[in-house]
Amino acid sequence: MDVKDIIKEENLVYGKTKLLTDNIMHYCPGCTHGVVHKVLAEVIDEMGIQEKTIGVAPVGCSVLAYNYIDIDWHEAAHGRAPALATAINRLYPDKYVFTYQGDGDLASIGTAEIIHACNRGENIVVIFINNGIYGMTGGQMAPTSILDMPTSTTPYGRKVELNGYPLKITDLIAQLPGTCYVTRQSGHTPAAVRKLKKAITKAFENVGKKKGTSFIEVVSTCNSGWKLSPVKANEWMVEHMFPFYPIGDFKDE
Amino acid sequence: MADYKLMKGNEAIAEAAIRCGCDAYFGYPITPQSEVLETLMARKPWDETGMIVLQAESEVAAINMVYGGAGCGKKVMTSSSSPGISLKQEGISYIAGAELPCLIVNVVRGGPGLGTIQPAQSDYFQSVKGGGHGDYRLIVLAPASVQEMYDFVNLGFELAFKYRNPALILSDGVIGQMMEKVQLGSYKPRLTNEEIVARYGSWATTGKTHDRPRNIITSLDLDPYRQEQFNLKLQKKYREIEEKEVRFEKIACDDAEYLLVAYGSASRICQKAVDLAREKGIKVGLLRPITLFPYPTKAIREMLGQVKGILAVEMSAGQMVEDVRLAVDGKVKVEHFGRMGGVIATPNEVVAALEEKIIKG
Ligand SMILES: Cc1ncc(C[n+]2csc(CCOP(=O)(O)OP(=O)(O)O)c2C)c(N)n1
Ligand code: SF4
Ligand SMILES: [Mg+2]
Repeated sequence: MDVKDIIKEENLVYGKTKLLTDNIMHYCPGCTHGVVHKVLAEVIDEMGIQEKTIGVAPVGCSVLAYNYIDIDWHEAAHGRAPALATAINRLYPDKYVFTYQGDGDLASIGTAEIIHACNRGENIVVIFINNGIYGMTGGQMAPTSILDMPTSTTPYGRKVELNGYPLKITDLIAQLPGTCYVTRQSGHTPAAVRKLKKAITKAFENVGKKKGTSFIEVVSTCNSGWKLSPVKANEWMVEHMFPFYPIGDFKDE
Repeated sequence: MADYKLMKGNEAIAEAAIRCGCDAYFGYPITPQSEVLETLMARKPWDETGMIVLQAESEVAAINMVYGGAGCGKKVMTSSSSPGISLKQEGISYIAGAELPCLIVNVVRGGPGLGTIQPAQSDYFQSVKGGGHGDYRLIVLAPASVQEMYDFVNLGFELAFKYRNPALILSDGVIGQMMEKVQLGSYKPRLTNEEIVARYGSWATTGKTHDRPRNIITSLDLDPYRQEQFNLKLQKKYREIEEKEVRFEKIACDDAEYLLVAYGSASRICQKAVDLAREKGIKVGLLRPITLFPYPTKAIREMLGQVKGILAVEMSAGQMVEDVRLAVDGKVKVEHFGRMGGVIATPNEVVAALEEKIIKG
């Protein structure tokens, strides 16, 4: 018996957006990347802007994002997505250009590129997946790893004396006049996903209105890197990440 | 009527970019090439042709802007000088790996490190052998005059688009800063977005329409067998470039018993050295590579029955001389003469080196 025999067309209450491809995702079960991809694809589909959207993927676990959302994509060098997006936006001002970046990509190796793209007010969307760790390379410390967080390069927990402080880059970005919308969201509950979708929709609408840079941080889990089950990872995030990275808008102009 | 203008090499680069229908320039200031960005900003081509000019936050950002612009099918370029070109190597490797066309200009200064702001030719290895990671090649053009600085912008773009490969103009502080008469070409219109879709729609990210699969600009393929196939495809392209695109100039070679090999500003000095040597009765010719990749290996080989010795003249410790030796394969004597650190050899020094190292030695 096929799944289609069990779930009849007339009984469907929910379907996968057609912009998500049928490729099997390589993300670990429970990983926030999968949730954000789904929401992003839904927004692009519902806004009817597939033909006008160009994505820039990072280096990190989402390096293969282009396999999953059916739009034109660039795959940037580590941290450089905002530079690529700058050029694409300038050369095709009527397109919806976005970058999708992890915390190592955006807040460590690519700090200069993101600060300057936001400061120039490039008319783009930035989606920033902050899971506090380098997921792809096997769970090393990220600039955003919180104090005492164990990672493979901070096996005794992150210590200020050795590693400095976790970087609240979104707080910095919000200071830049080039940004019009800066928010911090998550995707761990249905309510959070709905809010995330609203935020991403607003960000893409801002591009249509040529308002400048819209920046969405998504506080995320990396259950593999954190060495926790998906459920435990969500709990850990709520308990330890949210106090340091509180959810909410920084700026909405 | 021909349009002539007296201009600096760096200004010629900027003027040529505007006139050849370039869509965007991204750069970061560094001596001795800052006039490229300055000239463009003063010319305001966005009003005239719609060309975009942007001062990036770094050379790293500038080359990645080029990567973004090239991926969406636009004619984009950057320029810098040695330390900045070092920073661009990561991006250049990605652009080569993604098989995208673009133009990069290096107005070389002496190194290593911060070195000097004076001219040198010490970035030959980096340009010709692949300065970034991976098995890739750039198409490398070596102008020897301000006119060639101008002409090679258009030529560089043409070759870059023909082979979907980054092209590099390897000049130096002499050619960038000196002023000469330039014959300017007429304006070529920039391609419209519709023309870009028609020409490059099979690969460029112009927005996924229903009549084609999504276009993905990437240099990544995690499958080793496919990655090897891709590398073989690149190598095939480079062999084709070697086959078809070699350019060089021969001066006073017909009766030459000795040969100078030099490119760019060193070849200008050698031109004078040939005259001085011939006044002394030394029958010497000059072979000037115009493309450094592909290298005029065959042209040098063809001189072997005729010449008794070859002197490679470069403003470096001896980099191109290795390619001369590869071409010659031990059949005649090859020596190197060069000054470094921003010192420019005189024609008399070249003649003396020829006598000392080749004729006497
Ligand atoms: C120049 C360069 N340095 C290092 C790497 C190795 N590397 C790949 S992904 C990554 C970190 C990614 O972490 P993050 O951006 O947080 O993404 P995540 O995997 O957590 O989503 C690193 C260091 C690389 N690919 N390129
Ligand atoms: S390693 Fe972490 S970030 Fe990467 S897919 Fe797995 S859970 Fe997600
Ligand atoms: Mg991360």
